[in-house]
Amino acid sequence: MTPELKTRFDEEIQKHPVVLYMKGNALFPRCGFSAAALQILQQYGPVYTVDVLADPAVRDAIKEYSSWPTIPQVYVHGKFVGGSDIVRDLEERGELEQLIKAAPGQG
Amino acid sequence: MLDPELIRRRIAEALPGAEVEVKDTTGTGDHFEARVVSPDFVGKSMVEQHKLVYAPLGDLLKTGELHALALKTYSPEQWKKLSARSQPS
Repeated sequence: MTPELKTRFDEEIQKHPVVLYMKGNALFPRCGFSAAALQILQQYGPVYTVDVLADPAVRDAIKEYSSWPTIPQVYVHGKFVGGSDIVRDLEERGELEQLIKAAPGQG
Repeated sequence: MLDPELIRRRIAEALPGAEVEVKDTTGTGDHFEARVVSPDFVGKSMVEQHKLVYAPLGDLLKTGELHALALKTYSPEQWKKLSARSQPS
């Protein structure tokens, strides 16, 4: 991962409360798992999405950045939350809304 | 084409004492679903638990041979509670 990409990710996840690195974009998700994560997250407000298919360097680097081998990847208030299974589990437990609505820096 | 048994064995070897079940969800040998119950998950976050399962599969995920692995991870205690609640009829 280049220092430029690391800086970009650092800034991206701090600037936007909810960031989803996904395959495709919000209008045209290109993977069922990305689409599912997006749909769950959007219930609680705006989601900033990054299409990793648009740039292979980003696709590889984000996996390194999070030490997580798959896409989608979700960040809430600057912290890595997980992939589509974890988002769904948190939603089922009723914990996702809390996480998103918490003020940045809490918890 | 991957064999679910290969994935099951790799996870089981990385997490001794774990109960591992792997299903091919699409029949195409690249999308799988796994349920893993392991004492190693006790006290760990979901992110940490999933990383433990991904670890022995890193090469397959990297090449894309393994395209998707839907995960459900439980500690033995969590699994006991869950399976007691929903007994198959």
